[in-house]
Formats: sequence, structure tokens, C-alpha cells
Amino acid sequence: MIAVSIPSQLIAYTDGATRVMAEGATVAAVLDDLDLRFPGLKFRVVDEQDRIRRHMRIFVGPDEARTVAAPVGGGDQVLIFGALSGG
Amino acid sequence: MTHAIQLLVGSRKGAWIYRSDTARRSWSVEGPLFLGQIINHFVRDPRDGRTMLMAASTGHLGPTILRSTDGGATWAEATRPPAFPKGDPHGRSVNHSFWLEPGHASEPDVWWAGVSPPALFRSGDGGDTWESVEGLNLHPRAMDWFPPEGGTPDGAILNQVVIDPRDARHMYLATCSAGVLETHDQGATWRPLNQNVRCDFLPDPYPEFGQDSHYIALAPSDPDRIWQQNHCGIYRLDRPAERWERIGEAMPADIGDIGFTVVPHPRDRDTAWVWPMDGTEVWPRVSPGGRPAAYRTRDGGATWERQDRGFPAEQGWFTVKRQAFCGDACAPAGLYIGTTGGEIWMSDDEGGTWRQVAAHLPEIYSVVAVPLRP
Repeated sequence: MIAVSIPSQLIAYTDGATRVMAEGATVAAVLDDLDLRFPGLKFRVVDEQDRIRRHMRIFVGPDEARTVAAPVGGGDQVLIFGALSGG
Repeated sequence: MTHAIQLLVGSRKGAWIYRSDTARRSWSVEGPLFLGQIINHFVRDPRDGRTMLMAASTGHLGPTILRSTDGGATWAEATRPPAFPKGDPHGRSVNHSFWLEPGHASEPDVWWAGVSPPALFRSGDGGDTWESVEGLNLHPRAMDWFPPEGGTPDGAILNQVVIDPRDARHMYLATCSAGVLETHDQGATWRPLNQNVRCDFLPDPYPEFGQDSHYIALAPSDPDRIWQQNHCGIYRLDRPAERWERIGEAMPADIGDIGFTVVPHPRDRDTAWVWPMDGTEVWPRVSPGGRPAAYRTRDGGATWERQDRGFPAEQGWFTVKRQAFCGDACAPAGLYIGTTGGEIWMSDDEGGTWRQVAAHLPEIYSVVAVPLRP
């Protein structure tokens, strides 16, 4: 299982939870798994061409995932952040 | 004859609903709704009077459609918001939905959405799921009409969908980089409708397409009459003619005929209002001279009169964006504006006098007036 850190912008989807568990061997698979339980969450983070949205950042442990193909290992932590987006 | 009005207000930071008494004198407020969400358009379905849709996004998250089927009592996110098919040949993804249009009266569950980058989406289930309209989005000229580098400071937009009330298959689009497009087969095929509309930012000042059509409106009493507030002036077209007439040249020279929007009278085909803005030099996009005013024509655009009673006489630098000027169908007609400075103003005497309904809101993107009760 993968621990996923949920930013404030997305807790409306997770009933307020800031940390949830998911499965998957890539960031895309983890997000797909989350989307099954929290419908709509993935599209707010990743666009329809599988690009991480401009003002969202995803880390696997300390390393930033530049694409959703980034691998995730068992025991890794995935952190989703809302990045800077203006005033 | 007047009746109570509900104003649906979309802003850069959320939505509000203002409700009036039957005289349109006192107003109550509900909101903010979805505080912090960017609400480009907030619309109620005139066919059932209960379905409401908002075009929403935030600074961080991707775009979505928020939807109520009980007049705003409860809200849920659309199951499948507008999105291009995966593998779109132009690599597009929806940045935000900009315009929401209830379908023709004969098609009760149909909605249309104009988005950025410019594209058209259709829903057949009251706005819950959306499909790409490939007749436009994959048109062979799509990248000519909607070049990736084209568009407004907030991105290129398909800013309006307008349906002929007499024919569900006949529709117009207003866009920021192809001007007006028309279909007679409900979106399967399209062609530009821009004859004599100026483009002062292209080598050919009167191209087939390339115009920035800020807003178009069919006269409710004569849907063959189309008013247009363009990036380059105010125009009118009486179908079946194809050649627009620049009626804005009759505006005062020190005001000009640049603006974002035009509102036709609910009953008189010759009457319409515009909200001029400063389009000189670096395009300040403010009320010309810091003196806000609407301008009204009652003769189809041959002459215009200034209507500023109630507005600041000086140092008023707001303007009014595309979806933020509207009217009601009362007699006399009410007019409503939402400003870039977060104010709502109204006139209950067809622009003769104006008064402030609300202030201190975020920058207002849309104001839609509907009868309080369907």
C-alpha cells in the first residue's frame, strides 16, 4: 500500500482526509486507484492527456514526478501539493 | 409588469445569488458559494427552472462543472466534465469552461459549453457528462481558426454559444480568434460569418476569420437581428444578409465603440445597450475617462445616448466583462452589470438611472438575471 498525502485543495473529495492509502506501481495507477474511491479527484490533478496540471506538483518520496509514468514502489509515500498559482 | 429577479453572479473567487422583491427594489444575498473557485459562468436552465450549472476551476485544480438539479439547494460535480478525448491530435486539454448554454427548448436535456482552448462540448443529460463536438473541434481548419498562440490575456476562448430559438440546428459561436462561426446542422459543419468585421491587428483588416468577437446577441423579438460587440467595434447584422454593418461609428468619438458586451432589449428590436471601455494605446480596458456609463441606441445603432445617472461622475475605473451585463424581461426592462471592481449595479428604468446593489465582491465575471420563480 502507498500512503498518499492530500492537499487542502482536494480534501473535499476525501471527506476531509489529508492522508489516504492507495495501490499502484506508477503515479498514474495510484491516481486511478484514488479516483475509484474519490470520483473526480484525478481530473483535477492531471489533464485528459495525462499531463500533471500546471499548478499541481506530485512527489514520490523526495523526488518530484514530472510525469504520471513515474514509478512508485511499495512503501513509498506519494505527496500531492497545490503549488503557487497567483493571487 | 415587473417580477422578482434572481441574479446569478460568478466571480474570480466564488459565486453569489441575489434575490429581489417584485418591485426589484430590495435585494437579499446568498453566498459565497464555492468560495475561492473561479466561476466563469453561472446559469439556470430556463426549460425546467431548476437545473443550475457553474463553469468552475481554481488556481490549482483542473476545470469542472458544478451542477444543481434542485434550484441551488444542493450541488454536485459533473460526472464527466468537458475534456478532449485522450490522444487528441492537437494535444489539447481543457483549461477552463467559459460559457454554458442551455440547449434549444425542444431538447430539454441538452447543454453546450464553450471552453479554453477554443472548443465546443455538448451534454445530453443536463450537464452531467460532456462530449467533444468533433465537427468543430476536429474541423480541418480548427488550428487556423484557433491557433494555440491566439487569444485573450486569460487564454484563447470559445466565448459564446447562441442558438436560434426557431431552429435547434441553427447555431452561432463567438470566438476570440475566428470571429463568428455558424452552423445549420447543429455542429456537424461550420463556416465563418465575418464579412466587413474589422481586424486592426492583422495584415488583412477584413479577413474571412481572425476577428475577436467579444459578444453576440440575437434580438429576442427578432432572432434575425444579431448585435455584436467586437474587439474592433460595434456591429449589427440582419439575416439573411452576410455583411455586418459597423454601427459603432455613430458613438461619440471620445468614447469609441470598444467594449466587451451588448444587451438587446427584450421586446424592441431597435434598442440595445453597450458598455464602452477604453481601447486606446495600451488598451487600459477601463471606463473611458474614469466616467462609467452605458450607451443605448433606440434606432438600430444610428444614434447612441449616454446613460450615466447614478454612476460615479469621476474616478470610476471599472469595466464590465463579457458575461457581466444582462437584462431582464420586465416592463420596463431591468439592466444589471457586474464590474471588475466587484460591484453590482442595476437600472429598473431601462438605463435612465442606476443604483448599486452590492459592493466589495471579487472581480465579477458573469451576471445572469432570471425570474426568481420559473
